Amino acid sequence: MNRLAIPKTYKLYIGGKFPRSESGRVYEVLSHKGDFLANAAKGSRKDARDAVVAARSALGGWAGATAYNRGQVLYRIAELLEGRRAQFIDEIMSCEGVNAAGASAQVDEAIDRWVWYAGWADKYVQVAGNANPVSGPFFNLSVPEPTGVVAIIAPQGAESLLGLVSAIAPALVAGNTVVVVANENAPLSAISLGEVLATSDVPGGVVNIVTGSPAEIAPWLATHADVNALDLVGAGDLDWVELQISAADTLKRVLPPEVGADAAAPALSRILAFTELKTVWHTKAIL
Amino acid sequence: MTQSPLATYQPAQRALALIGGEATDANLRRYLHGIPGIDAVGLEARAADLGTRSIKTSSKRWAIDTIIGLIDLTTLEGADTPGKVRSLVAKALLPDPGDPGTPRVAAVCVYGDMVGSAVTALGSAHAAGGTSGVNVAAVATAFPSGRASLAIKLADVHDAVAAGADEIDMVIDRGAFLAGRFGQVYDEIVAVKDACRRADGSMAHLKVILETGELNTYDNVRRASWLAILAGGDFIKTSTGKVAPAATLPVTLSMLEVVRDWHRLTGVRIGVKPAGGIRTSKDAIKYLVTVAETVGEEWLTPHLFRFGASSLLNDVLLQRQKMTTGHYSGPDYVTID
Repeated sequence: MNRLAIPKTYKLYIGGKFPRSESGRVYEVLSHKGDFLANAAKGSRKDARDAVVAARSALGGWAGATAYNRGQVLYRIAELLEGRRAQFIDEIMSCEGVNAAGASAQVDEAIDRWVWYAGWADKYVQVAGNANPVSGPFFNLSVPEPTGVVAIIAPQGAESLLGLVSAIAPALVAGNTVVVVANENAPLSAISLGEVLATSDVPGGVVNIVTGSPAEIAPWLATHADVNALDLVGAGDLDWVELQISAADTLKRVLPPEVGADAAAPALSRILAFTELKTVWHTKAIL
Repeated sequence: MTQSPLATYQPAQRALALIGGEATDANLRRYLHGIPGIDAVGLEARAADLGTRSIKTSSKRWAIDTIIGLIDLTTLEGADTPGKVRSLVAKALLPDPGDPGTPRVAAVCVYGDMVGSAVTALGSAHAAGGTSGVNVAAVATAFPSGRASLAIKLADVHDAVAAGADEIDMVIDRGAFLAGRFGQVYDEIVAVKDACRRADGSMAHLKVILETGELNTYDNVRRASWLAILAGGDFIKTSTGKVAPAATLPVTLSMLEVVRDWHRLTGVRIGVKPAGGIRTSKDAIKYLVTVAETVGEEWLTPHLFRFGASSLLNDVLLQRQKMTTGHYSGPDYVTID
């Protein structure tokens, strides 16, 4: 007997919840052959605004968690990704038209990368911070601290899951909260990642995923006064120079687009890009 | 509209004529319980419906500036200091330092012992009941519980008025009201109103806080509203802000309906002040719509409608900045207090 297939409607992931777009819009996600796969929410500027509010309110808890705790929470996500690998492989195959081996390899690499970044959570401060030599009876310590709310345009090319993970994991490690605009043509693994995050230990609002058109949403995030940093890694096809200029009005940290196979390659510099160095003086004890 | 003979009476006479005798518990109970009951489901549906209006672009800009001009900027904390009141006043006078064109709020609302600090901080910008500048409102009568003897409540009011308060926010004795001692509540309001008289014979504005969160039913809210108006309140105010639920749209709607009926009956305009729990511009705009649709747009002046709020102003300022600059603003761009 034939049964009627129930296609999934993919929603946004904002503040730990899965709302539809406030605009009520959806767009069709097509397979690489052009067949209908699913409806995804077409996020609007107001969804991005709500996501920034959620990210801002989650910042204190996430940035204030101990580095060890953040590392554990991030590692836990990798565990859950492993448990859901069949779903991710399935979505990547239908969206990107790669074979099972290729999709499996991408999921493996995404999980490995996530674990690699999770390990940095309680280590990057030791590498990037310092006890500075000063000519006086003082300690002079420099420590990196999270920048704040980071807006990210996820990579828009092939390897949708790996691109997304490569973009958000480094920002999370330092304690930033994230608003990410997903891969427009292949958003399925982004929302499935949201489902993983919702069932993990990541507090709601730490990662917010908006699906839809980066060209429509990015300018609102670039000018938003409550966004502290902008990662344009996937904005190569947009007018990203204009985005950089408008981000400068509110003194955001900005990373430029990256293209090619090495785009958003794992690096300590990606973690440090969204940190602020705080230097404190303290008197030495007099014995 | 032909005016009823009631309109020509003095307020006290008018109340007695309406009640049909002295303001005793029995007479007041007969009158207040004779008021038709409220269809709670219908009221909530009406309020929800009024909340769905879409207010955009130039209407929204008008609404935002109107809201700012209707705010009683409030600080009612045990930890209030003269310094905090000074910074509150500074914010009342210049809500958004980045845009000097931002309107001023209607009043600052403080505890009675802080009135002197507020008046000093306002200086020449003190409106003193007028229309230009900022008024000083003081909560009094053993705010927020109202659990004190009448003598203490009146002394509280006298102190605040003597210190320069232009408006007195009194609380009713909810215990007496719920126990059916309407006469006591009535007499207290009359006495407090009398205590609002200044040495020169002018009167401080009296707002009567019903604390609707403790009155349990919409019928009680309607009765308490009538009682407060009969006794001479210039304003009826929903809540102290110390009890949840504070102001809600249905409660405010029911109070506006009383005010509308009173205006039809006597030609006198009574003010309404929802207070507590209104934190976003979106909520505040719903209240504007409700006022305009229930009693009319002429009520949208500081003399007849106020928002009692502290965090609302910042949200309204963020919306205002968004409309001015075209991009979203953030909490870093408004003052904390």
